[in-house]
Amino acid sequence: MRGLDLRIEPGERVLLLGESGAGKSTFLHALAGVVGDDEGETEGSLLVDGEHPAAHRGRTGLVIQDPDSQVILERVGDDVAFGCENLGVPRDEIWLRVRDSLAAVGLDVSLDRNTSALSGGQKQRLALAGVLAMRPGLIVLDEPTANLDPEGVTEVRDAVIRVAESTGATIVVVEHRVSVWSDVVDRIVVLAAGGGVIADGAPADVLARQGKELAARGVWIPQYPPPRPVRAERGPQHTLLSARQLTVGRSNHALGAPLELEILSSHALAITGPNGVGKSTLALTLGGLLPPVGGAVVASPALAGGAGEHPIRWKSRELLTRIGTVFQDPEHQLLTSTVRAELEVGPRALKLPDSEVDARVDELLTRLRLDRLAEANPFTLSGGEKRRLSVATALATRPQVLVLDEPTFGQDSRTWSELLALLARLVDDGSSVIAVSHDLDFVAALADSTVVLE
Amino acid sequence: MIPIASVNPVAKLGAGLIVSLFLLATIDWVSATTALVLELAIIAFFGIEPKRFWLRTLPVWLAAPLTALTILLYGRYDGTVYFEFLLIRISDGSIELALATFLRVLAIGLPAVVLFISIDPTDFADGLAQRLRLPDRFVIGALAAVRMVGLFLEDWRSLELARRARGVADRGRVRRIAGQGFALLVLSIRRGSKLSIAMEARGFGGDTPRTWARESPWGQAEWLTLLVGLLVGVTATVVAVLTGSWNLIVG
Repeated sequence: MRGLDLRIEPGERVLLLGESGAGKSTFLHALAGVVGDDEGETEGSLLVDGEHPAAHRGRTGLVIQDPDSQVILERVGDDVAFGCENLGVPRDEIWLRVRDSLAAVGLDVSLDRNTSALSGGQKQRLALAGVLAMRPGLIVLDEPTANLDPEGVTEVRDAVIRVAESTGATIVVVEHRVSVWSDVVDRIVVLAAGGGVIADGAPADVLARQGKELAARGVWIPQYPPPRPVRAERGPQHTLLSARQLTVGRSNHALGAPLELEILSSHALAITGPNGVGKSTLALTLGGLLPPVGGAVVASPALAGGAGEHPIRWKSRELLTRIGTVFQDPEHQLLTSTVRAELEVGPRALKLPDSEVDARVDELLTRLRLDRLAEANPFTLSGGEKRRLSVATALATRPQVLVLDEPTFGQDSRTWSELLALLARLVDDGSSVIAVSHDLDFVAALADSTVVLE
Repeated sequence: MIPIASVNPVAKLGAGLIVSLFLLATIDWVSATTALVLELAIIAFFGIEPKRFWLRTLPVWLAAPLTALTILLYGRYDGTVYFEFLLIRISDGSIELALATFLRVLAIGLPAVVLFISIDPTDFADGLAQRLRLPDRFVIGALAAVRMVGLFLEDWRSLELARRARGVADRGRVRRIAGQGFALLVLSIRRGSKLSIAMEARGFGGDTPRTWARESPWGQAEWLTLLVGLLVGVTATVVAVLTGSWNLIVG
């Protein structure tokens, strides 16, 4: 980003918008004073309280998107105390602040509680408490709710508001989902992709003036919901997979009661339910990747095609044309160093002729708007691009069943809408789609039936 | 029951080291047996659940006979030879040495494991920084890294499943594991850099002298722990010297 002129007054609550790549995260990191001199070029000046941000260590608090990457210590109390220790706060004062901060973010757990046992929403509130304990004048939040379920989103948003009201701290937040924050902030600033500011003003004004254009760029604007696919007439359905008295779990520890499920062709099934009930584990088990703890996942002859009725016993290569799985974190699935090579992995494993491999890869590159990035390293892609790539890698081998784990987490509205259209077309063309999702809009737009795990 | 869990981890480490030093100075079965008997008597007072004790110390129970077996077959030969085959030679000398080694591995390994079961990494880091005055950055960095091990294990499992899903899990195991290891490395570096941003954003690595939210207590219990370690070591050595079996390893 470059050429940005912006002045934020003390106590303001600002929502920062802009399409992917506009440099919002970089700006927040710079505000928090954590952009090193070796990480890119800087021109112009950025001052917090009239000084260089690095001189203000601890005056600016940063909360980032990934809940797991900002938990530092093992016990809740120690984690909150960490920032205070670094600022040299005396011991007695630290524990007063720890208690105050935990109360302010509404995290009512014991100080000895293990931080890895917290839910995503709780971890984000823990991070906020850790920031708060440093008594910052400015709190910057980089998509703090993007990876959370609806309950977690509300928890974190409410905690931020409470903190802002009780401390009077200045708040700068970046988030795609405008509706979460638009009633809470008193100013929206829209950054341009090339640099500079497109719009700046009261939320209602900015959304009225720029809403439509922002929506087209992938920002979630309540008044302009992304388009949903029109569903086609579908052919007859038949069973591809069934779960019989299925219990799932990791290392033989069962999660939840036995399940009976029929997975049909030309059908989209959504799996929802609160955190920790084993939705992802169920998805991996249906995908033939984890063995069932009890009962069985049985493939119909139409799906198995001579490979045996238990997907877990199939060879890895045999899964490719039968059941594709898209993981929650696309980075877990990356194997190569270019987008094109990544798409070739599946078709090559099937030993398809070169011409066929090229044809499939080219088609997917175009269809998922990845053609410009064919030679790019997959790890350098944006969140939305990585998601599209991970779906494309599964589609390259044309599986009859596609399993997806939280495909819309953290996606902008444009990717969301494209993904939905793509999946709807797969279902219309006869495939079966199984999606684990917290995203109620996504479920409503796609699912033919829904299983709620409890 | 001795409340060993609340003893400063640095003292536990110290006691373990003291015993080891005494036992590593000599290689005979008398000192090792004496130490082992004393240790087992002390451990009995810690009140560890038997199941937990056996499970945690299992590696030591496995390692001890394996090490002893190697020495039995290939160790120094002396006195009567009972069996010979190629390089294998079982003799009075190798039998005695094997027995001494077996007991020694147990005498050093068991208390080390038992003392470390109850060590909390955070308390340990506090002790290292506040009591041993190791540099803050080093200690806290290591502590944060230890906490990430759990995440790495989860990443590893996901990578394994993801490879199966991508159709590449059928080919050579060695190559697959190498590829997966590299992928884990990439993921770890990314996680690590995010964590370091989070830590830096909370003032870590600044110029302000750091304070510590938790005390790292040091009192009678800690001195006592060190003293017990010293007593075990000294007793074992004295008994061995008196029975004439103590032999200093030189060099």
